[in-house]
Amino acid sequence: MPPVLELKGITKRFPGVLANDHIDLTLEEGKVLTLLGENGAGKSTLMNILYGLYTPDEGEIFVRGQKTDIHGPGDAIALGIGMVHQHFMLVPVLSVTENVMLGMESIKNRLFLDREKAAKRIQAISEQYGLNVNPHALVGDLPVGIQQRVEIIKLLYREADILILDEPTAVLTPQEVRGLFEVIRSLLARGKSIIFISHKLKEVLEISDSIVVLRGGRVAGSAIPQESNERSLASLMVGRDVILTVQKETAQPKEPVLEVENLHVLGEGAALAIEGISFNVRAGEIVGVAGVQGNGQTELVESLTGLRPAHSGVVRLLGKDITHASPRTITEVGTAHVPEDRQRDGLVLSYPVADNLILNTYYLSPIAEGMVLQDRVIRERAEHLVAEYDVRTPSIMTPAGSLSGGNQQKVIVARELSRAGQFVVASQPTRGLDVGSIEYIHSQLISKRDEGAGVLVVSAELDEILSLADRIIVMFDGRIMDVVPIEKATREDLGLLMAGVHPDEHKANVAAIEEAV
Amino acid sequence: MNDNLKNTHQARTLGIAFLVFATLMLILFLPGTTGNQRTTFAFDLDLSPALPIGSLTFSTQGGIFLLAVVAVFLGAWQLAKGFKRVYPILGLVVAMFVVAFLTWAARDRSMNMTGMLQSTLLRAVPITLAALCGVMCERCAVINIGIEGMMLSGAFVSALVGSLSRSVWIGLIAALLAGGVMGALLAVLAIRYKVNQIVAGTAINILATGLTSYFSSRYLQAIPDLNKPPTFRAIALPGLSRLPILGPVLFTTTVPVYLMLLLVIVIYVMLFYTRWGLRTRAVGEHPKAADTLGVNVFMTRYVNVILGGMVAGLGGAYLVLSSVARFDELMTAGRGFIGLAAMIFGKWNPIGAFGASLIFGFADSLQTNLAILRVPIPSQFLLMTPYLVTMIVLAGVVGRANPPAADGLPYEKQ
Amino acid sequence: MSKNNTTQKRRAGSRWRTLLTPVMAIVTALILGAVVIVVTDTSVYDAFQRGFGAGLGRAVQVIATAYSALFVGAFGDPVRLAQGLSLWITTGDGRAWAQALYPLSETLRYTTPLIFAGLAVALGFRGGLFNIGAEGQYFIAGLTTVYVGYSLTGLPWIIHVPLALLAGILGGAVWGLIPGYLKAKTGAHEVINTIMMNYIAFRFAEFMLDVGGPMARGDGRPVSPVIQESARLQQFLPSNPNIRFNVGFILALLAAAFVYWLLFKTTIGYEIRTVGQNPRAAKYAGMSVTRTIVLTMAISGGLAGLAASTDILGVLRFMPNAFASGYGFDAIALALLGNSHPFGVILASLLFGALQAGARNMQAMARVPLDLTEIVQGLIIIFIAAPAIIRSLYRLRAIKEGEELVVTSGWGQL
Repeated sequence: MPPVLELKGITKRFPGVLANDHIDLTLEEGKVLTLLGENGAGKSTLMNILYGLYTPDEGEIFVRGQKTDIHGPGDAIALGIGMVHQHFMLVPVLSVTENVMLGMESIKNRLFLDREKAAKRIQAISEQYGLNVNPHALVGDLPVGIQQRVEIIKLLYREADILILDEPTAVLTPQEVRGLFEVIRSLLARGKSIIFISHKLKEVLEISDSIVVLRGGRVAGSAIPQESNERSLASLMVGRDVILTVQKETAQPKEPVLEVENLHVLGEGAALAIEGISFNVRAGEIVGVAGVQGNGQTELVESLTGLRPAHSGVVRLLGKDITHASPRTITEVGTAHVPEDRQRDGLVLSYPVADNLILNTYYLSPIAEGMVLQDRVIRERAEHLVAEYDVRTPSIMTPAGSLSGGNQQKVIVARELSRAGQFVVASQPTRGLDVGSIEYIHSQLISKRDEGAGVLVVSAELDEILSLADRIIVMFDGRIMDVVPIEKATREDLGLLMAGVHPDEHKANVAAIEEAV
Repeated sequence: MNDNLKNTHQARTLGIAFLVFATLMLILFLPGTTGNQRTTFAFDLDLSPALPIGSLTFSTQGGIFLLAVVAVFLGAWQLAKGFKRVYPILGLVVAMFVVAFLTWAARDRSMNMTGMLQSTLLRAVPITLAALCGVMCERCAVINIGIEGMMLSGAFVSALVGSLSRSVWIGLIAALLAGGVMGALLAVLAIRYKVNQIVAGTAINILATGLTSYFSSRYLQAIPDLNKPPTFRAIALPGLSRLPILGPVLFTTTVPVYLMLLLVIVIYVMLFYTRWGLRTRAVGEHPKAADTLGVNVFMTRYVNVILGGMVAGLGGAYLVLSSVARFDELMTAGRGFIGLAAMIFGKWNPIGAFGASLIFGFADSLQTNLAILRVPIPSQFLLMTPYLVTMIVLAGVVGRANPPAADGLPYEKQ
Repeated sequence: MSKNNTTQKRRAGSRWRTLLTPVMAIVTALILGAVVIVVTDTSVYDAFQRGFGAGLGRAVQVIATAYSALFVGAFGDPVRLAQGLSLWITTGDGRAWAQALYPLSETLRYTTPLIFAGLAVALGFRGGLFNIGAEGQYFIAGLTTVYVGYSLTGLPWIIHVPLALLAGILGGAVWGLIPGYLKAKTGAHEVINTIMMNYIAFRFAEFMLDVGGPMARGDGRPVSPVIQESARLQQFLPSNPNIRFNVGFILALLAAAFVYWLLFKTTIGYEIRTVGQNPRAAKYAGMSVTRTIVLTMAISGGLAGLAASTDILGVLRFMPNAFASGYGFDAIALALLGNSHPFGVILASLLFGALQAGARNMQAMARVPLDLTEIVQGLIIIFIAAPAIIRSLYRLRAIKEGEELVVTSGWGQL
């Protein structure tokens, strides 16, 4: 039996970068092959080639032993290849049925859409694989976990045998990940083969049958879960020995820097995104906010930084009431903000690095005297900051858009942390960055903490929270489930909290069931 | 519980708005009238095959008072209990305000309502066609600012070709082609060259204005026979044209108007009930998603924009072949842009756009009627009405309106 | 060290290449304009019937006549210039020299308002706003300027002139501020609103200046009274009233310098540009997006208003009705050609000023309608906005585009 999929020597060049360098890959039927690698290692490029969104410069693709050319998604679909992208390819304003049948619509009377026929088929698939999706729902109304299942149904509707899942667990709670793994097992049982892309080592070890590690566009090595551990995989990914935990001393927290009391914040529409949360952040500690994205964390950060009005409640910064203060006031009182979406909110990509570095301070002396900008001061400051914060850029006049993700983030960090602030809010600070940048940013946050600032880190990566935080707040559905000191935090408990279940409750339920049995 | 926080505030505002309308009716329209003035709304048109139904004559003050009272009642109800579907009621109150205005304007006079409805529809035709063009383009995420230029091209070509061929039909088809060519130009600029769509649309307007004015100076003014196209005659639909009010308005008119009415329905059905429409809408909301499923994003956009251009060309042809029977430079007078406002007001839905266009058409037709009636406003201010209404509507509506998500963004295929 | 040198060299080389594309765009547009002239000239067809060579010869003749008339109209006849100059040097009589300078002075006279209007649109673009309302702002500023100009008596010019200019700035600023405010508060797109305001301003000016209107002169012509002597902008050659070139040109250059300083050297300019490039980052940086948008539109409107002020105070000395300037759309082309940079706008305005001055002569001498320049302008916009067309036409290599101009996108999504 030939392997269900074989890639030989796949090479793809983009201007200035060799994204895939003679990559070989083999996928056996009914198995899960994991593609492991850092951001930028070439995993997505390779899969986009397989799915026909790119054409390879060199190399061959064999599907079930036959050499094939894939020129577009249509070809890939015809070969039975389907892909669930990391960022969902769903149209929120259309229904599940319309999203699934797009491109191969059911027709009646030669002209009109036949939604009922497609819906029936979707219902059947949903039941067959235990996916539990309502065909008539509007995709925009569905929670993220269910949206992912719609994506999977899209593939099954087209009778895909080879399913590519690109970072599917990025948006799921640990419990939802468990649910996904069950779906994967039921797919495998029916003869489907899966390529699983991830950078989360624990999950990779759990679900894979075989692992291929990409680094810098090349295959750095392959591994079998039974013979590997996180450390060995990490060093294959990065090419050197990686310290997986952050070195830091225990915190010595002092008086509170930020006090939040009974905060309510409206989200989109008229619904409350945050319902009555209270917590504080003390000087000299890092408070981590854990939780799956979409449970109010974004709105929390926006209201703390003045970008979203608070509905009710009080927020105090260094003793001052900033509940309804403007972003500028909050910055001036002493806040540094590393935003979630660095390109959209944190930088002006067309501006040179130097102009980005003065984004919050452009109106203050000595950067400006009155209304007039002082070019020399701006340039000197920029040179200084670029050196101090290790920003790799050809010059301070290079447009920020030309820098890599890691260096863009360093520009923001340089700008924010160099100010004499006592409160730092960092939202998803290392999303999409390479390991080197991640290490750097973590160390910057910790040194800020050691200087006496209060740091609030919001992250959807549980590992990041576990390694940085002194105290952990778990948010679910706009409320704080619990505040857990780092010494007492376990992944299982945090996972339950992230899913809205209190661990004690859960233990009680489990005990009750065991008793009944 | 939380969902209603904003809603109650909005509901209360609307209730107060109803009361304000009622008060305005009393303050603006009662003073200056006397108790024995009577307003007549006539409904029959001469030379119309419709069955005559006579006119309605009533006391001016009584009518205004009655309308105001109903508005007060509606406002009170809204504040106390609230209507489930409040926007139709808002439309009703606005309509009542307008009727009160007409009642006052026609005091001691007679005003032909059927005539007014007829001119409303006719003036709405080019705006609707412009809006439909906008809908077709924007539903697949291409902003079309160049509708004005496309209409102007259609108008010019229909005049020239119509005069040369002495046939309305050939003139009409030529106009469709001209609009299609301009649409193709926009499509190429926006899709292939990824030019900023607003710049591209403006360039098309400038180019179209320049070309039509140039050729008009060169040829149409020099040779008057080239600017005397034949026109469409009104066709009365058998049976339907006998209906009072609706007959003369909807069923006794020219071919381009029938085409417009047909297009409103056809485009609506196309968008929401056919495969092509589903793909178009997907391309407009999330082109990458459509691409990953094998839909040709570029081809979808090209076809929609070119067809949209043809619809705009039809709008231009209407202005010449169904209306003034000549081409005048810059004759579109901003209707392309008003059509865009109608499209936004109608939430990118063909039927909504048609409704919005009727409102603009009504504003437009008011100014000819009011010159005759007793309204002490200089004509230039009346001529401003469509533009003012557009601005007011936009200010109130855009904030809440959601265009297709990918609107204005060129698609990058790697 | 050496790295700096090569970067310098590369930058200098690419600066030439950045100029190449706009220059080729203009050349190509002129070539296409020539094609239009030839294709619409019947004498060329007659000549072709006699023979291909004769036809070609006639075509070349037609183009030569047209474009030389354009050139002479823009810059003057070199022969007469030389004669006039030598006459002046030898006899001290400068009148012939002044006469010969007339075309050049006309170019500069047209350039002046174009610079103001181009600056207005360029500033808008920098702030992410598309100000198509320069025309309306021009009308309103014209009204305010001329009113201050003719109604205030007994003032020395050193007070009267600045006061009248200020009136123009304020008029334009207010007219620009309104759509700016609507955009900031409701998200209504400024493209539609500024165009609506254009029509409203046009009608309002018509109302004011029509025979019998509040600002009409009263002699049966739809014009305003003449401004006082003390309000006039000094012309450069007062002895020869044909030379309409005046101090306004200096003001325009000063305005360009001011806009440059404002945009690139001040905190306000930093805010304007940041809001234009990324409104979300601007909000996050603590800037008030609303205030910046309103300020940008106000300054932009004020600049457009100055175009009217200098025209009235320096050239016309009164305001006529139907003051069709066409500056609005020209200004867009200017801003695009000049890449929204004040100094680029000056150069582009000189070009368009030359085109306008020359076009009048071209119409008189070669009987080519004025609208040809509008066609050329539309083509220039297209070629500038889609440089890829020029590049593929002439096989030019693409340069790394430094700053891509963010114009606007979408309907009110900030």
